[in-house]
Amino acid sequence: MNQKQLHIALRNCGKIDPEDINEAIIHNAYEALGKVVTEMQPLEVIGIIKLSGLRGRGGAGFPTGLKWELANKSKGNEKYVVCNADEGDPGAFMDRSVLEGDPHSVIEAMAICGYCIGAAKGLVYIRAEYPLAIERLKLAIKQAYEYGLLGENILGSNFSFNIELKYGAGAFVCGEETALIHSMEGQRGEPTFRPPFPAEAGYLGKPTNVNNVETYANIPAIILKGADWFNKIGTEKSKGTKVFALAGKINNVGLIEVPMGTTLQEVIFDIGGGIRGGKEFKAVQTGGPSGGCLTKKHLPTPIDYENLTANGSMMGSGGMIVMDEDDCMVAMAKYYLDFTVEESCGKCSPCRIGNKRLYEILNKITEGLGTMEDLTLLRNLSNVIKDTSLCQLGGSSPNPVLSTLDNFYDEYLAHIKEHRCPASQCKNLIHYYILEENCVGCMACARNCPVNAISGERKQLHTIDQSICIKCGICLEKCKFNAVEVK
Amino acid sequence: MEKIKSYTDLKLLKENLQKQSVFYSQDVRKDTPVLVRVAMATCGIASGAKEIMTYLKDEFEKRSINAFVMKTGCMGYCYAEPTLEVTLPDKKPVVFGYVTREKADEIIEKYIKNGELPQGVIPDLYQTIDME
Repeated sequence: MNQKQLHIALRNCGKIDPEDINEAIIHNAYEALGKVVTEMQPLEVIGIIKLSGLRGRGGAGFPTGLKWELANKSKGNEKYVVCNADEGDPGAFMDRSVLEGDPHSVIEAMAICGYCIGAAKGLVYIRAEYPLAIERLKLAIKQAYEYGLLGENILGSNFSFNIELKYGAGAFVCGEETALIHSMEGQRGEPTFRPPFPAEAGYLGKPTNVNNVETYANIPAIILKGADWFNKIGTEKSKGTKVFALAGKINNVGLIEVPMGTTLQEVIFDIGGGIRGGKEFKAVQTGGPSGGCLTKKHLPTPIDYENLTANGSMMGSGGMIVMDEDDCMVAMAKYYLDFTVEESCGKCSPCRIGNKRLYEILNKITEGLGTMEDLTLLRNLSNVIKDTSLCQLGGSSPNPVLSTLDNFYDEYLAHIKEHRCPASQCKNLIHYYILEENCVGCMACARNCPVNAISGERKQLHTIDQSICIKCGICLEKCKFNAVEVK
Repeated sequence: MEKIKSYTDLKLLKENLQKQSVFYSQDVRKDTPVLVRVAMATCGIASGAKEIMTYLKDEFEKRSINAFVMKTGCMGYCYAEPTLEVTLPDKKPVVFGYVTREKADEIIEKYIKNGELPQGVIPDLYQTIDME
């Protein structure tokens, strides 16, 4: 089952001690950097990255070689290499694992990038919520300096490169590259128009290359093993592998890396071990708050950038949240909107106001107060927000709404027309009942009810007062006779 | 640590380190037959991997077993933390999950001493690329 995995970005995670640079060196760390600064020219290296077909692993999938080429061609001798280690998607921990398990792969790749584009300074923007990753990265950088693998005249060449850490402060929007750059400059993390792209004018207005942690982790492998090796893996337009963080109602929650083209079926059922508790698979959310949900009919889809987008979702950074029959899709869309409303920087009206309205409508529906007009409004508003937002936070935040409307319209209808939540999750639409045929009057539920909503004599049928019940579910948990039902 | 002055020196350093590494050199391995890697990323540590690693080191000493125990990053089996990988001479590495103190004892007594596999083996390990 795990044979379907192929670890490239994660090649050393789980094999080496991340706090000992000698271990990394035993596993070929800095050999690619040595080869590049001693034997190759910048454009030659860029050619290899382009030929490999590597695309940005942060989510957008922009061709990495092309990005480096654009920064290389920008005029100026003050340039910057930036690593985006903000990893804001809820449920995503791919970048954290790379930094905690093999920080040198990223340090080496940043130096290689610096050599290619003509930058002497690298910056890692890492979220403050990753203390272990920060600690290990700091230690790795210190050890690299001690060996002269960072600093002046690396490995006897003319190339010098320094790396500094900058810390995030809990803003999802700072994962967007222009907001990230402004945050590093000490300004409020707000996105700005592109063009100009960072490759032309980024950090401090200078040419800057911004890439994700996982993108960098692939670079040394591509340099040492060759572009042809890399581009044989994956699909026609999506080369190499992708790291996914499997989370949710799946048995084998964890980190995997599979060649592009592996199907969702294989990831969720073969590697992931299927749904916990033997329940029915309902949907998988890829791309976090920017993505959409894929359903049973999408299971045979080979995973790659184009296929996921064509099916209403996106690759995203790699978070995969698996949902089962007990998850309400309307509530799920509401959860993501709650997140994006909180995280919106507020600069542009469509995102600031529009997302809030989307959230309010979804909340109304989960409370059983939705109307059919609300559904039309949800769709129209979503499209407007997508079209007119300044950055991709707003540009993609309606995706969970549109995707659930497309794939689970019946759930929305049940909430609105029948005042019923098919997954029995939305509190206002579910009721707890005591079944006469099973109740023995043991009083366990009544004793444990936090709001005293249950009444009944010993050995007599108990009843729940619906006007007091807060749907906490404790009675269901405590009843040993299967006498509590949720409908 | 001295600065590495050239690409050639880096490759030499790598070769020297490999010669001293218990995972790479048969000579060094002879004295340390048992190799244990403990997954210590945030998920592992949160599940108690640090205590397990300390426990293993102590137990190996107490039971006079020549073992090399090291920490690594995430192995990917977050659902089964704490996880560890045991490599015995001439055998493929075996990964164990849900390693409590009791399970660690079982791994030492059953697998390391007798070659018998206890419950909780994680099957079908994934491929990792070779950089050479």
